[in-house]
Amino acid sequence: MRHGTSEYTRWSILIVAVVAFAMIPVLWIMSLSFKTPATVGDGRLIPKEWTLDNYKSLFEGGFDSPLLRPLINSILIALIATLIAVTLASFAAYAIARLDFPGKAIVLGGALAVSMFPPISVVGPLFDMWRALGLYDTYPGLIIPYLTFALPLAIYILVAFFREIPWDLEEAAQVDGATPFQAFRRIIFPLAAPGVFTAAILVFIFAWNDFVFAISLTSSDASRTVPAAIAFFTGESQFTSPTGNIAAAAVLVTIPIIIFVLIFQRRIVAGLTAGAVKG
Amino acid sequence: MAGIELKDITKRYPDGTEAVKDLSLSIADGEFVILVGPSGCGKSTALRMIAGLEDITEGELLIGDRVVNELAPKDRDIAMVFQSYALYPHMTVRENMGFALELAGVSKEERNKKVEEAAAILDLQQHLDRKPANLSGGQRQRVAMGRAIVRDPSAFLMDEPLSNHDAKLRVQMRTEVSRIQQRLGTTTVYVTHDQTEAMTLGDRVAVMRAGQLQQVDTPKKLYEEPTNLFVAGFIGSPAMNFFSAEIAGDTLKTPFGEVPLPERLKRAAASASGKRVLAGLRPESFEDAEVARRQNRRGGHEFEADVDLTESMGSEVYAYLRLEGDLAEADELAEIAADSGAADVPGAGNDQLVARLSAETEVTRGSRARFWMDNNQLHIFDVETGRSLGRDEQAPVASASPAGPVSEG
Repeated sequence: MRHGTSEYTRWSILIVAVVAFAMIPVLWIMSLSFKTPATVGDGRLIPKEWTLDNYKSLFEGGFDSPLLRPLINSILIALIATLIAVTLASFAAYAIARLDFPGKAIVLGGALAVSMFPPISVVGPLFDMWRALGLYDTYPGLIIPYLTFALPLAIYILVAFFREIPWDLEEAAQVDGATPFQAFRRIIFPLAAPGVFTAAILVFIFAWNDFVFAISLTSSDASRTVPAAIAFFTGESQFTSPTGNIAAAAVLVTIPIIIFVLIFQRRIVAGLTAGAVKG
Repeated sequence: MAGIELKDITKRYPDGTEAVKDLSLSIADGEFVILVGPSGCGKSTALRMIAGLEDITEGELLIGDRVVNELAPKDRDIAMVFQSYALYPHMTVRENMGFALELAGVSKEERNKKVEEAAAILDLQQHLDRKPANLSGGQRQRVAMGRAIVRDPSAFLMDEPLSNHDAKLRVQMRTEVSRIQQRLGTTTVYVTHDQTEAMTLGDRVAVMRAGQLQQVDTPKKLYEEPTNLFVAGFIGSPAMNFFSAEIAGDTLKTPFGEVPLPERLKRAAASASGKRVLAGLRPESFEDAEVARRQNRRGGHEFEADVDLTESMGSEVYAYLRLEGDLAEADELAEIAADSGAADVPGAGNDQLVARLSAETEVTRGSRARFWMDNNQLHIFDVETGRSLGRDEQAPVASASPAGPVSEG
């Protein structure tokens, strides 16, 4: 048993170290968000004076507050992008996984190539194009570039999941009297649910966290998302930096992601197909 | 309910390979027909063409009196049981069984009623609200059957439904399938690679090889009167023994010495004197010579052979005999051995011979003993074509007449 115990201890130390390494910045930001402007620079992890002012000031002024509009923009843009991406990707992935059509490899390869593009390299041209097309500083102006980068990812994930669903199930549905679309909606799509949710979460996080497009393709609260909005925070006077506010906003934007992941993580369990075929 | 008729059905893939060639088969209403053959013989493809999951390249397929070539599976009024069961894992047993009815727009009460009826037949009532993942293999199999039964279709198509079970459950489910089919009297096409399953289940058995139908007949006829070498070697376990021989007038020169030909073969042999042929004899047509004498078995032919090995099964003894001279070595035979999986069975191959002796025999391993063979049971096959001699006058290979009335349950 002694061997086992020392092994256990070694692993415990390692795990604690890794968790601490990952968590300290997060805890630090949280700590900053609760500090008063006077103690922000005191270097303590546990605030000496607790305050919620940093949070309150983010929402002061209701709709004109620094964070409310951007938060709504962020949520809507990310959700719409996710919805469209997952819907389109599931059709595309189904076709790629199930049908034999010429140019299949090109479609997949093309999708991969698009996702390899560094976003920063397309921002400049997009800026010009969007202004000419009137998409600058609008929701579609952000949703479209998000889709181009999120779709390949979603397609890749879903192709993998669709491929794992036994062909037999679809044939059984056909024999049972289902049209191809019914078979897709009633049998294949529910079974690919874990994949769909995985893709959805990743697309959502991608859209939610984006800074490059958001800062370049927006100019007002009409469509500015939270990551971009945070960059425009100002301190109370020109001599104070908005550290507390930024920290509070950073904590707030993390919360939706955590909720999103918590809701769906139960659905992202493998083994939903257990029992479909022999076992 | 309806019969199924296949008229010269061919399946050709874009690369030119033919999975099924000119398959003609007519299945009577209520009949239980087995498609059997080694893997890759096209039997599953044939079934999938009937189901509509595979396009028919040439030929005509009728279900009832409708040509259904161009119909989608859902419009063919057939139900299929898949090898993998293909149960919908996210639905309960009840939903699984009722899915087809739901798609057909049957009301909920009606649906429930039918599902319960089918569940009663299959002894599944207490499992209706469970998901497939929580069922045992046998139960899943029954749900798959139930899904087919509920719909009351024109025909059941079954694609190796029992191959995932262990030996014991397979025997049990075999009886079950047979019972259900008899009770419902629904036309059934059943695909298997297992000749035992084929022999025990079917009203008629269609043996296929390399996309071609070899023979369709009742299990008994297939066993007793195989039309060619392949059918002879494929049906029966242990497989039929083959050895090369030469026709010499009314006798056959074999490694056992000169054996008189049975009456029924004499006419065919008369025109082929001096010809080299392959002779076949089933293991049970051999006997320990002493036992045969005691049993007063008449006729026959005695010979001496070395006993390589004996296997006692209790009720009988399998003796593996070695003979001087060459046993069958024709290419065709080697191919059959590989095709039917018989190559894995000792003795079914080349220089060994399997004899099924009664338990009273005293033959022991490593000894030399006298054996008796029933030359009336001899089969003779043409070396080139593999066709059985002496049966040429009979109906063509793909005899399409359904055999006898089907018992009603």
